Parts: sequence; C-alpha cells; structure tokens
Amino acid sequence: MNLWKRLMCACRRRSPWLFHMNSGSCNGCDIELVASLSPRYDAEQLGVRLEGSPRHADILCITGPVTKNSVGAIRTVYAQACSPKAVVAIGSCPATTNVFIDSRTLAGPLDKHIPVDVFVPGCPPRPDAIIQGIAQAAAILAERGMDTPQAEISIAAPQAAVHHEVQP
Amino acid sequence: MNLLTALARLLLFPGLLFAVPAAWFFLWVERKAVALMQGRIGPPFMQPFYDFVKLLGKTTPPRTGIGGLLMRLWPLLAVSAAAGAVGMLPVLPASGGFEGDLILLLALLELPSVCIIAAGFTSRSIFSEIGSAREAALSVSYNIVFLLAIVSIAAAQHTFRLEALATMPASPLLWLGIAALLVCLPARLHLNPFSLPNAEQEIYSGPMIEYAGPELALWELSHGLEWVAATGLVATLLAPHITLWWMAVLLFIALSFLLVLLLSTLAAATARLAIDTTVRFYWQCSLLFAVLAISSALLMRLRS
Ligand code: SF4
Repeated sequence: MNLWKRLMCACRRRSPWLFHMNSGSCNGCDIELVASLSPRYDAEQLGVRLEGSPRHADILCITGPVTKNSVGAIRTVYAQACSPKAVVAIGSCPATTNVFIDSRTLAGPLDKHIPVDVFVPGCPPRPDAIIQGIAQAAAILAERGMDTPQAEISIAAPQAAVHHEVQP
Repeated sequence: MNLLTALARLLLFPGLLFAVPAAWFFLWVERKAVALMQGRIGPPFMQPFYDFVKLLGKTTPPRTGIGGLLMRLWPLLAVSAAAGAVGMLPVLPASGGFEGDLILLLALLELPSVCIIAAGFTSRSIFSEIGSAREAALSVSYNIVFLLAIVSIAAAQHTFRLEALATMPASPLLWLGIAALLVCLPARLHLNPFSLPNAEQEIYSGPMIEYAGPELALWELSHGLEWVAATGLVATLLAPHITLWWMAVLLFIALSFLLVLLLSTLAAATARLAIDTTVRFYWQCSLLFAVLAISSALLMRLRS
C-alpha cells in the first residue's frame, strides 16, 4: 500500500459524513440519531457531519421498516451517494420490520433492496450504539479501497415495488 | 526581481503555501468554537484536512441534464479567485513587486460569491436555485455597505493603493469603516445569523446540493480561503505599521485568528434570520452607517 492510499484510508475513517433517511420509521430512531450529535454524545469528535444531500454523504443512516412507498426513494438515494459508501440500518425496523411485521404496506426488511453494512439493533437503539455503528461503518469505508468498485444497483424501475396486491 | 517577489507573494506568503493550511485551520476554529459554545468537544484539529482528502478520493455519480464542464468550472474559478485575493493582501511592508490595487482585490473577493450563485443556477436543482436566489439578494444588500465602507477608507487616504491603505494611521474614520466591514463579514462568509444561502435545515445544502467528490472539496477549500481573505483584509487595515517583517506576519496571523474567533462566537450565539429581515437589516441600519462613514470621509477630504 503506498502512501497516498494509506492517507486516504485514514481520512475516510476519520471523516464520515451522514445522510439520514427515514423509510417510515416511528420517529424514535430519528430522534436518537439526532441525540447522538447533541452535546451529550457529540459524534462530531469522530468527524461526523450531518449532510443535507446524499451526494455529499459517505454513510447512509436509514431508519424505519421500509414502506412500499419509500423503496423507490431508498434506491434513488443509494444510487446518488458517491462510492465508497456504506449503509447503516438504525433500529430493529430496517433489520426485521420489527413490530410492523406482516403489514401489507411494507416492503422490508432493508437488505432486500440495498446492501447493508452495519445493523444497529434496538427499538430505538441508544445513541452510543448508533455512534458505535457509525464508527464501524467508517472503518468498513476505509477498507473499501478505490480499486474495489462497489455493487451499484440500477434505479431503472424504482417504483416497481409500489404496485402491490392489496389483500382482501 | 519584481516577477520573483510577485510569484513569492502569490505562492508562498500570504499566497497558497500559507493560505491553504490557514484556510483549513480557520475552518477548524469555526467548527471548534461552535462546539465549545454548545458544550461539546468538537472535531479534531486535522478535521478539515481529512474532509478535503476524503472528498478528493470519491467518485462523482453522473449528473444527467446538467452542463458538466460549467459545473466543474465554477469551483475552480472560486478557489483561484479566493487564493488570488489572499495573495494580494498587503501583509509584508513594502515588499515591492506586483502591487494590485483595491479594486482588483475587491473584484477577486467578490468572485467566489458570484460563482456560488452561478453554480446554483447551473445545477438546476430547485433547492440550489432557492439558495442562489438568496445569495444574490444577500450579496446585493451587503455589498453596498461593504463597498461604501472600503471606499470611505480609500477616500480618506486619497488612494486605492493597498500598501498605502495598510499603513494608514488609526483615525476615528478608519474605525468607522472597519466596523462597517465587520458588519458585512458574517453575510459574506455565510455565517449565522446570515447563513441563508446554505441554510441546512431549510434548503439542504443550497447551491452545493448537486456537487460531490473533488468538486465539493474545492468548494470547501474556497470557503476556507474566503475566510482567510476576508479576515485578512480587516486584519491588514487594523494592524499598525510595522517595519519588521516577522512582527508584521505574526500580528497579521494573530489579528485574523481573533477575528475568526469573534465571528464564530457570533455564529454560535445566534440563530438564522429570515431573508427579508436580513435584507432590511443591511438596507436600513448598516447603510446609514456606511453613508455616515463615506460622507465624513468626503468632508474631511474637502477640508484638507
Ligand atoms: S426500531 Fe423502534 S423506535 Fe426505531 S423506528 Fe422502529 S419502532 Fe420506531
């Protein structure tokens, strides 16, 4: 590994910028994610910055059980984030659809649609757990070198999942 | 010889070799000061550098329907204009070589904000267009105050030459002009309470929303360089005339640092104003201030 690559690895680990996306969560996890940036937990010590555009982000933080309506948006946002990128699924909802399981409005869990790197379990998880998840994702980002291109998903038919059959 | 000194000023001090690390340092001071004011610890010292290198190593997803070359051009132009502005600051006493005048410096200082406006409209996202429109409205209102303040200082000194302005003796008029300049700095640097163009919670990232990777890194750098140039301009006006070059350099750095600290504290202590309040603030309160400064400068000139 040459010097530039080592520097790049270090910088990727220390500068994770987040994009927060709600895919139909009950808002519990979203509040905890914001709390992890608050003075008490202060994720900015790790270089974390919450960004407004997925194009600026390295780590997508996705909360919620993935409703059928949000699938298209999730795929679009994932495609818009620049590689190398990582996905952190926050809460039990994106992992298992949690208490909303068997709902006919859901298309979850999340890893059916995009590759997920870190799951942070909990309903909602504590801010320290979220920060740990972000730190792990940042370490994964650092490993993901420039020469291993990431699986890009196609967003040709993003709304396909919306046409669901309504059960009687 | 003249060419050499000019190159040295542009590339070494106060040009690129000094300005780029100083830009990162000031960006860090801004974030750290906000963090400390909020009772947090804040980002590590090297954070802006890490961000810059990381952004350089990212890919850019294809942007359909946007002029690619134009999009790439704006951040480059902004960085070079801001770096040129820093390189022209009359920090070292009588260094010779190319001496730009105040008008060139003001044009270079203004160019990054024009680039931001153009970039927002080029990217054709609704959020960046709102951000650009805000930036344009803001720049029209603060620039009048900014220019009047500068012109009042220049009129009192009977010259547009930077060296002469930097060595100007302290007078009530100079202080009035500097105060008017200071009022404009938060808007020029997009800080609270005038952080309207990049209002994070309202319009996401404003004009920068479609930018990614290396281009975004250049925008961050140009923002840092704007910090150095804007605070440096006020610092050179504030600094008393010193012939020892290292003393002048140290004083320049210390004064700039104090200004950054002051502005970041203001940013942390205030919330964002609405656009109409901001524009009214600049047109009503500060304009009065600036008109006062320039009329007294002209009066002084008539009497002398
Ligand atoms: S994991 Fe729990 S807190 Fe989080 S979104 Fe799901 S139900 Fe809400």
